[in-house]
Amino acid sequence: MAGFEPQIIAFCCNWCTYAAADLAGTSRVQYPANVRIVRVMCSGMVNPIYVLKAFEGGADGVLIAGCHLTDCHYIDGPVKCDAAVDKLRKMLHVLGLEDERLRREMISTSEGVVFARVIKEMVEQLKKSGPSPLKVKMEALA
Amino acid sequence: MEEPRVGVFVCHCGINIGAYVKVPDLVEYAKKLPNVVHAERNLFTCSEEGISAIKKAIKEHNLNRVVVASCTPRTHEQLFRAACEEAGLNKYLFEFVNIRDQCSWVHMREPEKATEKAGDLIRMGIAKARLLEPLQEIEIKVTPAALVIGGGVVGMEAALNLARQDFDVHLVEKESELGGTLRSINKLFQTSEEAEKLIKTLVEQVKSHPKIYTHLSSKAKEVTGFIGNFDVNVDEKGEECKFNVGTIIVAIGAESLRPTGQYGYGKMTNVLTQLELEDHMKRGEPVGENIVMVNCVGARVPERTYCGRICCMTAIKNASLIKESNPKAKVWILHRDLMTYGVDFERYYRKAMELGVRFIRYSLERPPEVIGEGKVERIRVYHELWRREIELPCDMLVLTTPLIPAEDSQNISKMLKVSLDEFGFFLEAHLKLRPVEFAMDGVYVCGSARWPTDVTEGVSQAYAAAAKAAGPLRMGYVKAEAINASVNEVECTGCGLCELLCPFQAIELQLKRDRMVSHVNEAVCKGCGTCCAACRSGAITMHHFTDEQILAQVEALFG
Repeated sequence: MAGFEPQIIAFCCNWCTYAAADLAGTSRVQYPANVRIVRVMCSGMVNPIYVLKAFEGGADGVLIAGCHLTDCHYIDGPVKCDAAVDKLRKMLHVLGLEDERLRREMISTSEGVVFARVIKEMVEQLKKSGPSPLKVKMEALA
Repeated sequence: MEEPRVGVFVCHCGINIGAYVKVPDLVEYAKKLPNVVHAERNLFTCSEEGISAIKKAIKEHNLNRVVVASCTPRTHEQLFRAACEEAGLNKYLFEFVNIRDQCSWVHMREPEKATEKAGDLIRMGIAKARLLEPLQEIEIKVTPAALVIGGGVVGMEAALNLARQDFDVHLVEKESELGGTLRSINKLFQTSEEAEKLIKTLVEQVKSHPKIYTHLSSKAKEVTGFIGNFDVNVDEKGEECKFNVGTIIVAIGAESLRPTGQYGYGKMTNVLTQLELEDHMKRGEPVGENIVMVNCVGARVPERTYCGRICCMTAIKNASLIKESNPKAKVWILHRDLMTYGVDFERYYRKAMELGVRFIRYSLERPPEVIGEGKVERIRVYHELWRREIELPCDMLVLTTPLIPAEDSQNISKMLKVSLDEFGFFLEAHLKLRPVEFAMDGVYVCGSARWPTDVTEGVSQAYAAAAKAAGPLRMGYVKAEAINASVNEVECTGCGLCELLCPFQAIELQLKRDRMVSHVNEAVCKGCGTCCAACRSGAITMHHFTDEQILAQVEALFG
């Protein structure tokens, strides 16, 4: 698995985690360049289809991150997100995708360092896990 | 939809981006992407030069989508949107790509990877931009009147403040008199001013103000609508009274906990709460020679973990007043920590010690014990510093209890669709940045309805709430979010899941052409997109973050 660079897509809520990523930037906290952020208004609006589409496309990992339970701009988005993620995990199991490929985090505006740490951890973990089995299968079929 | 003509502007941000990411390469790369008809780089896209470059390119290349790859939308989206608008392009046809905070600043030691990532993000941004649609912010007319619920000192101050700004104010009070909790208070701390005098002046001002309509012995029983247009139905002494207001202030205050069963309260004759002691002293009745006060009764305990916040000061005030009128009296305050925050309170506490009020700390594990039959005679307490039990003579035991949420809190929270916290107090939209506003637009909170406050704090909050409530009234209109949800009624199956999930009660099922379909109230929707994610039939579109747009971003990354 030497030289394997996992591809991660992160759905980040506009109010908290997107801002945390900004803070990581303004504080020049360095983290691996394996992640691409998609801005969403709320973690609660992340449709499971986005995640499935990402894995279908070849993502090795997906991060859904938003506000902490009490910080939500829309009152209780994180609760709805958690519920969706629970269901999503079951679908991912069926597809043969391991738990670590979908990570759910609550990262507030002030937690730039946490955002960087989460990305770093994900990259390290996924380097160990190797490419997404779904991607490998799809490539074999193609 | 007309064919997208995308213009891409990649910013050097001086050296902030330019020193780590190969901007010229990104421009060349962007030019090759679908529907891109123009791409350029700017030293600072946010400078006057950069802004005019955007406007010029929109006109010259007939652009109908603009992508700026620079910093963060959180600081610069407004600026670039305005530039588009000035060039005649709907501002929602603009898309931001963040290659500074997400690339150059966080991958400084990996310029190759940073550039590759920036290229990916630009490709994703363009993929979304191609699908962007113009949006309009709708304007909603505002009725220039307000409703204030609660006629205590805080509610009266809020009402007067609004009335003095020339708005009609309906002040609804459940009791037959204005004044609230202060009616039962003897003197106020720090100044020893008589509470009755303070409210008397206020009540006169409220009653004589031509803009304030006071509804006594009244309850708001129904409120429907949204910011600008709330229809209010008040039960005024059994009769219905209906009116329309633009904004609402909740100032219902709180209640004092009655600690039934604790320390002989309700069973022994000489056990009072601080609030009852106030009344006792106001009537000039004797309090005895030996007075023991126990703080934190029913507060900071497992079943009610919060600190009552103003109770320490209340105990110190009453103890000081007793000592001032009878220096020979002995007053002990048994406490579990004293909260005398700030400059004035700490001074007041020190003054109480100088007057001879004695403070003894007890712990939750070893609370004071009551000794006596039918009446408290002595109090046994474990003195933490002396490390032994002592007994204090006691003519009167005063229990310092916290304020608890008012009985009406639940009903009002449901009626106004605003949240309560875990203890049942009203919960503001944001603790630090929106302290007197609810998440529900046009509804505000002040005073002890939020958490226990003293008069000074409550009045400050009343001014803040009144200032916030006056904003929309003065404007005469409010703009609703353009980034909101809408329902395709043909595809909607009327399952009602969205109605259930909407945190703002912006969605309701309505009967249309013989079947139930969901309907989004644009004035109330905040555009969180939860309904859209949950919709089983894909009938809801969350504008500006549509499924198609987000999936296009995902596909562009892996495509």
